[in-house]
Amino acid sequence: MTTSTKAAKIERLAELTAQNETSSGASLWREAFRRLKTSKMAIIGGVVIAAFIVMAVVGPWVAPHSPKALTWKDEVFLNRGEFVGPRGENWFGLDHLGRDMFSRFLVGARQTLLVGVVSMLIGLIIGAVIGVVSGAAATLGGAAGRRVDTVVMRITDIMLALPSLLLAASIAAVMGQSLTTVMIAVGVVQIPIFARLLRGSMLAQGSKDYVLAAKSLGIRKRRIVVTQILPNSLSPVIVQATLSLATAIIEAAALSYLGLGNPDPSVPEWGVMLSQAQRFFDNAPMMAVYPAVGIIITALGFTLLGEAMREALDPKLRG
Amino acid sequence: MSLLELNDVKVHFPIKRGVFFDRTVGHVYAVDGISLKVEAGETYGLVGESGCGKTTLGRAVLRLVDITSGEVVLDGTDLASLPDKEMRSMRRRLQMVFQDPLGSLNPRQNIESILSEGMAAHGIGANQEERREKIRAILAKVGLPSNALSRYPHEFSGGQRQRIGIARALVLEPDVIICDEPVSALDVSIQAQVVNLLDELQEELGLTYVVIAHDLAVVRHISDVIGVMYLGSLVEEAPSDSLYAEPKHPYTKALMSAVPIPDPVVEEARERILLTGDLPSPANPPSGCRFHTRCPWAQPKCKEERPQLREVGDGHRVACHFVEDIESGVLQIGTDRAAVVPAARTEDAGIEAAAAKAAEAAEAAEDKAVEEKSASVEATDSEAAETDSTESAKDSTAQGA
Amino acid sequence: MALLSVDELSVTFGGVHGRKESTAVDGVSFDVDQGQVVGLVGESGCGKSVTSLALMGLLPGKGVKLGGRADFDGNNLLTMSQRELREMRGKEIAMIFQDPLSSLNPVVPIGVQVTEILQRHRGLKGEPARKEAAHLLDRVGIPDPTRRLKEYPHQLSGGMRQRALIAMAVACAPRLLIADEPTTALDVTIQAQILELLKELVDEEGTALLMITHDLGVVAGLCDQVNVLYAGKVVESADRHELFAHPMHPYAHGLLESIPRLDAPRGEPLKPIRGSINDRIAWADGCAFAPRCDYYTIECLTGTPALTVPAAAGHQVRCVNPVREPVEIATLETPDVTATAHGGTSA
Repeated sequence: MTTSTKAAKIERLAELTAQNETSSGASLWREAFRRLKTSKMAIIGGVVIAAFIVMAVVGPWVAPHSPKALTWKDEVFLNRGEFVGPRGENWFGLDHLGRDMFSRFLVGARQTLLVGVVSMLIGLIIGAVIGVVSGAAATLGGAAGRRVDTVVMRITDIMLALPSLLLAASIAAVMGQSLTTVMIAVGVVQIPIFARLLRGSMLAQGSKDYVLAAKSLGIRKRRIVVTQILPNSLSPVIVQATLSLATAIIEAAALSYLGLGNPDPSVPEWGVMLSQAQRFFDNAPMMAVYPAVGIIITALGFTLLGEAMREALDPKLRG
Repeated sequence: MSLLELNDVKVHFPIKRGVFFDRTVGHVYAVDGISLKVEAGETYGLVGESGCGKTTLGRAVLRLVDITSGEVVLDGTDLASLPDKEMRSMRRRLQMVFQDPLGSLNPRQNIESILSEGMAAHGIGANQEERREKIRAILAKVGLPSNALSRYPHEFSGGQRQRIGIARALVLEPDVIICDEPVSALDVSIQAQVVNLLDELQEELGLTYVVIAHDLAVVRHISDVIGVMYLGSLVEEAPSDSLYAEPKHPYTKALMSAVPIPDPVVEEARERILLTGDLPSPANPPSGCRFHTRCPWAQPKCKEERPQLREVGDGHRVACHFVEDIESGVLQIGTDRAAVVPAARTEDAGIEAAAAKAAEAAEAAEDKAVEEKSASVEATDSEAAETDSTESAKDSTAQGA
Repeated sequence: MALLSVDELSVTFGGVHGRKESTAVDGVSFDVDQGQVVGLVGESGCGKSVTSLALMGLLPGKGVKLGGRADFDGNNLLTMSQRELREMRGKEIAMIFQDPLSSLNPVVPIGVQVTEILQRHRGLKGEPARKEAAHLLDRVGIPDPTRRLKEYPHQLSGGMRQRALIAMAVACAPRLLIADEPTTALDVTIQAQILELLKELVDEEGTALLMITHDLGVVAGLCDQVNVLYAGKVVESADRHELFAHPMHPYAHGLLESIPRLDAPRGEPLKPIRGSINDRIAWADGCAFAPRCDYYTIECLTGTPALTVPAAAGHQVRCVNPVREPVEIATLETPDVTATAHGGTSA
């Protein structure tokens, strides 16, 4: 065979096989993000959440009226039993004390977001610490570690066995009424969920061959946990954190609704607004609809994003 | 002295039950008293079927599972009794290649990080740059491009991943590499690449391998000495060539005969010993010889007394009371326990029909075919004959009717 | 006419959710006769399992495009309604899968699973159905069948589960049995038992068997006709003696050269096929195997090579430069180009 045909042959083959070369060095996180960007669910969820966050951040500044001031109280008292609906000045109408509902809705978003994020973080951080300790002890701690794990997990089991709202209500009852109480109560309920999830995930990863390989390389146990097991165990926890923002907002609303939240009813918060609206539901259903729809849409946004992340992070769906 | 020596190694896993406090209710006798020697620079193959304890034994050597009793002596040091801290530094000399190339690589680490981690743990290379240099050299040695460094495991094919696994073991410059099913997860056309790579590396670096596999052909190809395991113990050990030529233990005989050989001519000349029954549970192993429940040559003594490995000439060590009697024909194979069948399907009606149809075989062969066909057509339903379009088949139907 | 005649079968996935289309099976043709064992051999991703699923009508309807014909007893399986297929499956055509545990319903006793089929396709009920089920288990070599009928799949060993699955498959005396890697998950001594059982079924009942496997050893002892698949196309088709004696496609040739044999003397290094299945090119660009081939020339990259009959009758090869052993070259009219190409590259 002449050299020229050989060269042509190699060139042609190189050209044909070139398309098989994938872009190099894409980590799983980056690939997950790439998948997330193309998911419709993630986009819708992300837009909803972004709108909610913007509202929470700028709400108090752009609110047309004071959310606390009883600006139109005369109108409401004059028309006892008859509420003022949406009008040019008050887009969402007035509440039972003559306050601007739209302003209250905007300002309330911040409180709701705060409750959701803080309580989720309480659950996540404490839960993750317990989960890591338990998971690390169970996978690499030998017999003593397994005993530690058993004890810790039985405690979380007990916590899980209590109905979450009841647990939150008892915490609120002990600590008194305040927004902090609500956040702690809702957060505490999430602790065993995160702890169990992370531990379970670590246990599953801990039995994988790459952990065995790291052990056989002579890498220290602490380092195996940090560099090998933990990064691979985080996906379900991240998904759960997103999803639990939704439940945290709903539970916080529920606690506020039950009257365990902020004792100052003039501070707007969607859950509080909902509970206040209940008394007037027959006459002014819209008063309940605004905060309720706000809560539902926000929770839906977080749920959609969470589900999209679950799909993006699940290695089984990787093509 | 041998480089690696196992003396009566036992690994028993406790079976635990209980809600708060675990109670031990029994043991799985995964490895139950194994002694063997691996010489420097040679390859020791461990074969056996799933559940025989070969993987556990491999892990016990690296102390990745707790050793119940016995010694694992590497170059004069007993690893089984070594404190954890000293064991960690000994691990450099004893590395492992895993079965599942993807599962054994951390999916979130890139190749550089995977390969340098062990080096960092053992203080090999003063800084990352020095380590990177070394990693590049090893990557070239295992046949991977150096731009692999920044890539992640999922971006490679199965064969390449296994090369990464081998590179990970090599960077620590070990004396012994335990290969646990190194090729069984790979496609057939890739297996040979990895087997050859292991061979080349051994020659170049003077490595010692312990290869654990269920594929006898692969093990035979790369091993100098082969040990056959059954239910936690070694039943036979022999140099690779003589084990295949003259398997002595009844289990080895059955195992060897069961392996299909990719050659129809060989298959047609061969016979297979079909064992009946299944592998007993390692949690409740049979008394005496572990194999007596399935052994076609079993005698009353086998049930009572556990045979020890003993030398029976030309490097064979066999754990069987009756090797000599089986060899000499004093003991005959018990047909209630096993069937001896031809390894290949006999040239029956099906093949004849296909051959006749494809080639319209010579007239001479035709008569024989007709005879055989008529026998088979009677056995099958009438539709079989209808679908058969060959002349000869039609003839035979007519004859049958 | 053959019992099963597959003609230019193609299966294309994707095209939905913005995913790229991919062709898993690309114009596969083969015949299976009564009493014949036909092998589909290839590595993972070659399309052998997809072929069997397409024949059984078990591919999801959405996002799958089928092409070609698959005539079973004169009826095209690909255009049958789900209802007709359901009637056909289990009764006329049965399938055995690789993983016996996941193919059996874990919460239903073996006996119920077998009698269900007997009731559906043969109308047997009650005591006769139970008797027949016990008889079937006995037929496939499961000891103590009446007791086993009451057991759940997890109580059986891997080999016993595969036997139970075979019992279910042969319950209605199907005319065609499709076995998709039936012994891959099993140990070698158990594999020998299952192969023996399949052998008996074919030789005694005259069942046609389509054997899908990656193990050339299994093929050597069992199949009459062998089709080697690569990247969704049949690259070589021959009867087993012809194929193993004179593999002509470089892929089939390379595979046989590369696998270690238990009866081969030690010491010789293996001759691997280079690269991996990922290195393949699209068939439209030439021969998909070309990037891995030791014998390829520039002609290999112009258009899809056709399945031709270069040597013995019935031996088909999809290759421009089929491998011919040195001895063969003399007896066959081989173009000089091929001979030099081989000489040049194999050195």
